[in-house]
Amino acid sequence: MMGPLLISLYVFVLAAFLGFELINKVPPTLHTPLMSGANAMSGITIIGALTLVTVAAPSVGVVLGFLALVLATINVVGGFLVTDRMLATFGRRS
Amino acid sequence: MTVTDLTALLALGSIALFVIGLKRLSRVRTARSGNALMAAGMLLAVVITLLEIGLVDYRWIIAGLALGAAIGVAIVVRAQATQMPEIVARFNGFGGAASAFVALSLFWLEVVEAPGDATAASVLGGTAVSTLVLSVLIGSATLSGSILAELKLRGTLSGSPRVPGRTVVMAVLLIAGLALGGVAVFAAEAGVLAGALVVGLVVASLLAGVVLVLPIGGADMPVVISLLNSLSGLAAAAAGFALTNQLLIIAGTIVGAAGLILTQIMCVAMNRSLINVIAGSFGEGGDVEHGEYGHVIATDPESAAMVLEAAGSVIIVPGYGLAAARAQNAAHDLAKALLDRGAEVRFAIHPVAGRMPGHMNVVLAEAEVPYELLHEMDAINPEFSSTDVAIVVGANDVVNPAANTAPGSPIAGMPILEVEHARQVFVIKRSLSPGYAGIKNELFERDHTAMLYGDAKQVLSDLATEVQAAG
Repeated sequence: MMGPLLISLYVFVLAAFLGFELINKVPPTLHTPLMSGANAMSGITIIGALTLVTVAAPSVGVVLGFLALVLATINVVGGFLVTDRMLATFGRRS
Repeated sequence: MTVTDLTALLALGSIALFVIGLKRLSRVRTARSGNALMAAGMLLAVVITLLEIGLVDYRWIIAGLALGAAIGVAIVVRAQATQMPEIVARFNGFGGAASAFVALSLFWLEVVEAPGDATAASVLGGTAVSTLVLSVLIGSATLSGSILAELKLRGTLSGSPRVPGRTVVMAVLLIAGLALGGVAVFAAEAGVLAGALVVGLVVASLLAGVVLVLPIGGADMPVVISLLNSLSGLAAAAAGFALTNQLLIIAGTIVGAAGLILTQIMCVAMNRSLINVIAGSFGEGGDVEHGEYGHVIATDPESAAMVLEAAGSVIIVPGYGLAAARAQNAAHDLAKALLDRGAEVRFAIHPVAGRMPGHMNVVLAEAEVPYELLHEMDAINPEFSSTDVAIVVGANDVVNPAANTAPGSPIAGMPILEVEHARQVFVIKRSLSPGYAGIKNELFERDHTAMLYGDAKQVLSDLATEVQAAG
């Protein structure tokens, strides 16, 4: 059996191939919204932040985790909203 | 089925939503639903994580989610269409910073604040601490680089100062950062010392981000932001390794890889190589071109409208000036007035006009300019020679013939809209100041070019009124 590290490595390499193949021939119109949507997705680090702020007692570590959670949430919520706002103006023209 | 099995299965669903969403986001007709699917994937990922951590104290979690969501919504609601690129840059910086903070938080919780004097490597394992250092490094550099990119886009910070020996400085900062981080996680046994070393890592990484972006010209910011976006994905993936969180690794890596491809696509659209962009060569070596303007014809809206009234075909070329003056509605009004007179009207969209690829599409779509009127560069370029009037609105570098004619020019080789082939060219511009590339535009000196100085919105409204009045 593979250890957790090796599984993580497999996952990493396969995800990289997937990401490379996923995007091709993007019309210039969508460069900005696609970048913005991908940017919102990089806020996935929010799930890392959630696992770090599970105790009530404040400490430097918890405060750092809290900052991570706030920033990641801004990235996710704002990122998807701003992308939708860009794309909403596209939809109206058809 | 245990909770772990359930969450692992749900995580597959989250990944599927991300992949299908991203795919749909890259096609015009499905883009909006793609974005919604990705948002759903993210929501599912959050729910999965909450299930995994089980019953805990939720105070910090609720406060963090509420505060972050409120700030995120507020930023988007307050932003204007012209500010979108800056907003993306800012969010990107936040994403990078979040990954760095995740790694820092883990380090403080498990090492610095933990009882006993053990090295981080012995507590968390060698791989976890190595990726932890990488997450801090990449995340911090993404933060400072994004802040700088936003300032450059906003125009708060103009110019692109050269950093002497930049490659060496960059290498020293990165090696110093990695060395500090390495000692902190592998050798430092006392928590306080390890913490101090990690702060050094953060400082070196922040400086590296500044040195990376500082000498790159404003016109290349879209590419830089795309690259930083790719980096923030990798920072998230590194945090995933440190936390042994597969979902975080997968989503972060997909963004990292897809972001890199998108960066490459943008470079191709500008006919530049990524290396060339990073080297910050844009705007350098252009000193010879800074020359004064000699023969420039100026005209007024009234005279220009008389030419427009007689025109059978008109192409409007929007640039950043149109977005900055919020003249998209005025441009649409002028187009409508000309269409009413029976003229053929088209908008020529340069792939990198504005401050970000597709920027013009966003702005014009907001004014409800019909999609059929928008034409991309390759389709419209052969049409200029059979066009009566080309109206350039606040665009400069993307219509500069020097890109084709002057091999030594900083924009040499960049594909341009060949407006000079139109029978008459009007340029609406505030002044003769250079564009982002900081060079002179020969187009303005041509005999068949006339300048309409002033605010784009005002000039376009005047033109529209005059054309309408002509009946």
